[in-house]
Parts: sequence; C-alpha cells; structure tokens
Amino acid sequence: MLFDSEIIQITFLSLQVSTVATLISLLIGLPFGTWLALGNFRFRSFLLSIINTGMALPPVVVGLVVAIMLWRSGPLGDLHLIYTPIAIIIAQTVIAAPVVTGLTAAALEALDPRLQQQLLGLGASRPQMIWYLWREARLPLLAALMAGFGSVISEVGASMMVGGNIRGQTRVLTTAIVLETSKGEFGTALALSTLLLVLTYLINLALTWIQQRGQKR
Amino acid sequence: MIEVRNILVQRNKRAVLEVASLDINRGETLAIVGPNGAGKSTLLLALARLLPIARGDILFNSKPLKQWDELEYRRKISFVFQSPLLLDMTVEQNIALGLKFRGISKEETHERVGRRIKQLGIESLSKRRASQLSGGEAQRVSLARAFVLEPELLLLDEPFAALDPPTRKKLIEDLSALLAEDQRMAVFVTHNLNEAAELSQRIAVIIDGMVRQVGTAKQIKSEPADETVRAFLQELSQ
Repeated sequence: MLFDSEIIQITFLSLQVSTVATLISLLIGLPFGTWLALGNFRFRSFLLSIINTGMALPPVVVGLVVAIMLWRSGPLGDLHLIYTPIAIIIAQTVIAAPVVTGLTAAALEALDPRLQQQLLGLGASRPQMIWYLWREARLPLLAALMAGFGSVISEVGASMMVGGNIRGQTRVLTTAIVLETSKGEFGTALALSTLLLVLTYLINLALTWIQQRGQKR
Repeated sequence: MIEVRNILVQRNKRAVLEVASLDINRGETLAIVGPNGAGKSTLLLALARLLPIARGDILFNSKPLKQWDELEYRRKISFVFQSPLLLDMTVEQNIALGLKFRGISKEETHERVGRRIKQLGIESLSKRRASQLSGGEAQRVSLARAFVLEPELLLLDEPFAALDPPTRKKLIEDLSALLAEDQRMAVFVTHNLNEAAELSQRIAVIIDGMVRQVGTAKQIKSEPADETVRAFLQELSQ
C-alpha cells in the first residue's frame, strides 16, 4: 500500500523526469530534424531512414543499452548514474529524441519548398529563414513535442532497467504500477494508472489547446 | 545595372541555361518570355543568387555576384513568385516581413507598409490573415511585400499566371504604374507577349535554355531572330 505523500513524490518524479527528457529531446530533435529536412547532402535519405527506425525503438532495448553503458563496469560506470533519475532521463531522451527529430523533419518537409527561396528572396538570413519556417510549421512541431512526451511518460521498460524502481528515489508511476500489479495490489495499480492517464490527458489537453488556438488565429 | 556574362547553370549536371550576354539597365524593366521549361525561372533564380552558376559571371553594379556578401546582395533585391507564398500572419505583418529581416524601426516600417498598402488598394485587408485572401488579393500583398523593400532589383516570376483574366488585367495596370513611378530595375518572367509588351521596355526570348533574341515587342514580332522564335510566336498566336 502506498501513502499519499509517496504517490505525490512518485507523480512529481514522473513528470519531472519525462518533462526534462522531452525538453532535451526538443533541443536535439529540432535542430537535427531541421538539418535533415533542409539539407542537401549525401546519406540524407539513409539518415532519415535511421531516424524513422529510431522512432520505433523498443524501450527495453534502450534500457538494456543505457544500462550496459552506465553499469559500474561499463564505459560510463565512473559517473555512478545507474539507478538514478538522471539514468532514466538519459534513457527517455534516447527514446524521445528520434520521435521529435523524425516528426520535425516531416513537418518541415511538408512546407512548400519554395517558401525557403521566398524568405531568402525577401532578404532573410539563414537563422531568420529557419525561425519563420518553424513558425509556419508550429502546429505539426507541437504535435512532435506531444508525441515525444507521450512516448516517455508511458514507457516502463527503460525506466525499470536503468532506474531500478527504488522506493523514494527512482520509482515513477509506470514502474510503481508494475510493482503493485506483481504484488496483486490491483486497486493501487488501478488508481496509479488512472492518475497517469489523467496527467497525460491534462498535459495533452493543454498542448492541444495551444495547437488549436494557433490554427484559429 | 546587371550584366550577365557567359553563364552556365546546371541541374543534376545537365545544362539548363546558357546566356552569353544580357544587360539590364538601371530603371529598366526587362521581360523574359519563352515556353514552359525554357529556363526563364532558372535565370531569375540565378539573378537572385538562389541557384549556383557553374560558369561565367553575373555583375551587379559592375561587381561579380560572387564577390558580394550573399546577404548584403539579397537585401538589395526582392523576389515575387507565381504563388504568393504568404506566411500565416496578417497582411500587414506579411508586408512588413522583409523590413523586419533588415531591422528597420517600427515607425519607419509602419509608414512604409501603410504607403504600399494604400498604393495597391488593399487598405481593407490589412488586418486580415493571409489564409482568408483570394488569389488576386494575395498576389497584391505579395507585390506590396516586394515593393516596400524598395529594392534595387525586382524579380517577378510569372506573378499573374494563376489569376483570372479580369484580376490579372487590373493587377498588370497597377504593377505597370508602380514600376513607372519607382523607376526600379526589374525582370519580369511571363509567357504572355502582350503582358511583356505592356510592362517592359525590352523583351528577351529564351528557348531551350538559350537567349534567342532581345528587343522591343515590335522588333520581335516583326523580325524574329530565328526559326525557333518564329515558331514560338506562332504557338502564342494560336
């Protein structure tokens, strides 16, 4: 049985870890996706196919690879990050970054390709051009952010493997649900599941509201 | 002044445009006519430095384009495409876009945008979003957006091709007045010889990626330089 204070702590940690991972994914995915969409270089199609494959990365595989890297005897073992919230953030970033990158590239590729020439033809510098392309694609870019967040707030495999589901330290909503179910505490598991669903719904509701507002303007 | 000297433009390693010599004088509007796929738009993109040239030089004010700082040069020109390509913002904001890129003050932007909105008769549209405009209205905004920059060189790529004949006629009249008033150097691509004659002092005929003839509409009609020009004129008159 979980206490109220523990539920609050688990919920807060879930939100914190997934929000940070999504924001880092955005910092990686937005520029990388833009480069892939606007660039004209060899291996572009190959890189895009890798990113698109990455969008379907199984979280347990990510968990396994990150765990090997962070394991005490692993290449990054000296950082002592295994079974910490940072380890979960790393794993979730690996899951969300390809999603944000792939959807950013798709959003920009959907714009009229002459729009780049038009902006340059009006005297835009490269950063100004990119800024206005992002502005034009803001609705699908917001969808990319929502998909990125959705992919990490709901995953359990990677969080379990690299976080260890340690009470008061790395237990998040999804790993807590798995634990409660394995103990036969279906009531608690159901309550936590409902909480997770409501939270995910509220965050997506807020983002959808922003998205629709942008569409109506 | 623009001087095109012996340029070659390639796409996928295939020559799509070769121009031995072509001049555009200060204050002059040069029309480029030719059939679809002849290389008209390619020349315009090369003049805007939006396409690389494989050989030769384009000189702007006697200095080769490659010696100009890319951004500095692009800020001396303005480009109008066949499709208005407006951004999802208000008409006023769209027209002010190029001024914003150049860091022009709000007061000056307001004054310049207001003047062009008035000139093009789109006062009633200024607060509307671009997505709510008709094709003709959107192209007017696109012209205002280009003229507000007071560019040294204005490049117009078939700006009226997608419009119905009455809208097109009115816009051509307005553009003609604007070009005459501003005395701006302009290159206007079209495949309509009458439109070209109305808007420009000289016409260059491009066929199969080569400039076949440069002259007034009268000269071209009365003395086509070769058989390809004659055939093109016949095709137009049918």
